[in-house]
Amino acid sequence: MTTFSINGRSVTVDVEDDTPLLWVVRDAVGLTGTKFGCGIGLCGACTVHVGGRPTRSCITSVGHVANAEVTTIEGLDPAGQHPLQKAWVALQVPQCGYCQSGQIMQAACLLKDFPTPTDQDIDAVMAGNLCRCMTYIRIRNAIKAAAAELRNGGNHG
Amino acid sequence: MMSLKRLLIGFAGLVVLGLLAFFVLAYEPAIAPITPPPAASFPADLVARGEALAGGGYCTNCHTAKGWGAFAGGYAMQTPFGVIYSTNITPDPQTDIGTWSEAAFARAMRDGVARDGSYLFPAFPYTHFTKLSDDDVQALYAYLMTRAPVQAPPQTNGLPFPLNMRVLQAGWRLLFFHPGRFQPDPARDAAWNRGAYLAQGLSHCGACHTPRNFLGAEKDDDRYAGAPVDEWIAPPLTAANPAPTPWTQGELHAFLRTGVSVLHGTAAGPMTPVVHGLSTVPDEDVQAIAAYFATIDRAAERQAGADAAVARAMSYASLGTGNTVDADARLYTSACASCHYNAGKLPLAARPDLALNTALSLPEPTNLIQVVLRGIGSHEGISGVVMPGFAPGFTDSDVARIAAYLRRTRTSLPPWTDLDQTIASVRRQIDAAR
Repeated sequence: MTTFSINGRSVTVDVEDDTPLLWVVRDAVGLTGTKFGCGIGLCGACTVHVGGRPTRSCITSVGHVANAEVTTIEGLDPAGQHPLQKAWVALQVPQCGYCQSGQIMQAACLLKDFPTPTDQDIDAVMAGNLCRCMTYIRIRNAIKAAAAELRNGGNHG
Repeated sequence: MMSLKRLLIGFAGLVVLGLLAFFVLAYEPAIAPITPPPAASFPADLVARGEALAGGGYCTNCHTAKGWGAFAGGYAMQTPFGVIYSTNITPDPQTDIGTWSEAAFARAMRDGVARDGSYLFPAFPYTHFTKLSDDDVQALYAYLMTRAPVQAPPQTNGLPFPLNMRVLQAGWRLLFFHPGRFQPDPARDAAWNRGAYLAQGLSHCGACHTPRNFLGAEKDDDRYAGAPVDEWIAPPLTAANPAPTPWTQGELHAFLRTGVSVLHGTAAGPMTPVVHGLSTVPDEDVQAIAAYFATIDRAAERQAGADAAVARAMSYASLGTGNTVDADARLYTSACASCHYNAGKLPLAARPDLALNTALSLPEPTNLIQVVLRGIGSHEGISGVVMPGFAPGFTDSDVARIAAYLRRTRTSLPPWTDLDQTIASVRRQIDAAR
């Protein structure tokens, strides 16, 4: 039995402590925007925020997030209008789109830590998020566009 | 012939006398049982002070087992001599300290003798608590006697004969127990002495951070030199601590108060209950403990190279981030860099910098491996933030590669030689707890 908050709502799930958070998010809570990729924490598709930090939910046990605040792509912005989400649409970033919720969640934290990210910052922080369609150039451009919007008074700092 | 017989009789007599003397020395009287005093008889402010002290002594950590009531004991402590179970310290009159007078409690805390006169094993750190003031013992008594009584009979310890004979503790005590209240050092200020009192007494830091001899006693001349504990390493708290920057008062305070320090990393494993326990302690007391250890590790004298060490660590940030054919670097970048990468002049506390992390500089890879395999839960380190455990995703060889890569590229220290054994051993510990 673990209680935590997800997108501002408190949930209690009756599963073994070592159940991956990803399973709980998708199957028990029913939020399917977070994707299963590799299952071993090496592709980034399952990235959510725990306590505001990007976290690979496929290898995070639900027992570890007891009383923590989890945010998924559905909760990043209530209207889906986070500067990254807007940039994603404007620049037509995704191709198949499977990795994008993880990419956006990772990038959202990147922008908090490095408001003016260099290419090296983006390479280092985003390297753990794979895109098999190779849209990396557009991902990088969208991150820079969102960073510019945030610097110009966007409200998601 | 006669003289040999006499000699033998004389020798036997000496043995008998010796044994008699030993038992006279070992004898401690029972203290009469009392009727448990009503909780209302203890003033609320005394109970509140006791609660803060119980936090700073981490009582609940050892005296509460999973699934049992708070302070009801039953927690298994794995010692080199066998398993010892903690006791019930709720005021239940049948199964524990309900019938203990304050005098009996004080004797147990500071002299290691139970109410019935039997010796406590030094798994209970009375060797530290002997320094406690009368006021603090009184407050702890008031706090424990006002807890909910839990009927929980003691578990049988797993100590082999003759180690299970409590009377033999008389010998151990003669050799290793130095009873006596804390003596302030007049050459130091009040804050330092407060920190020393807490660290040496109530918070018993040496119980983990001081190496023990073959009889399980802390080595007084090796105090705070670091020691293994529960498949982790309690790092040295002296100037021998190998972290790239010294543990200053500020770093120690941040670590103890918030579970994380920017230049050293996150509290985890057996250090977690320390941070939790100290959260009940007033901030000036945590500052005092930090002030005390900042002199033990001579942080001020070692501060000169700190800025250069930080700059060097930050210069490692770009390693492995671009295109590289180094498979170890790629593994690190995929698995770790998204959270541990830093840029600029100083790392961010939420991005524990591995080049500066104490775990990477210790002679043993144990702590790094523990954290890689287990991760860090929301209740450990920075509250509400987690690191996933890589035990299900990584093979042993992946873990070894990451550890070796970090050691090779982020320190100038010799490579770890015992990675495989340590990884296997930590895995066994994790699996056994399942």
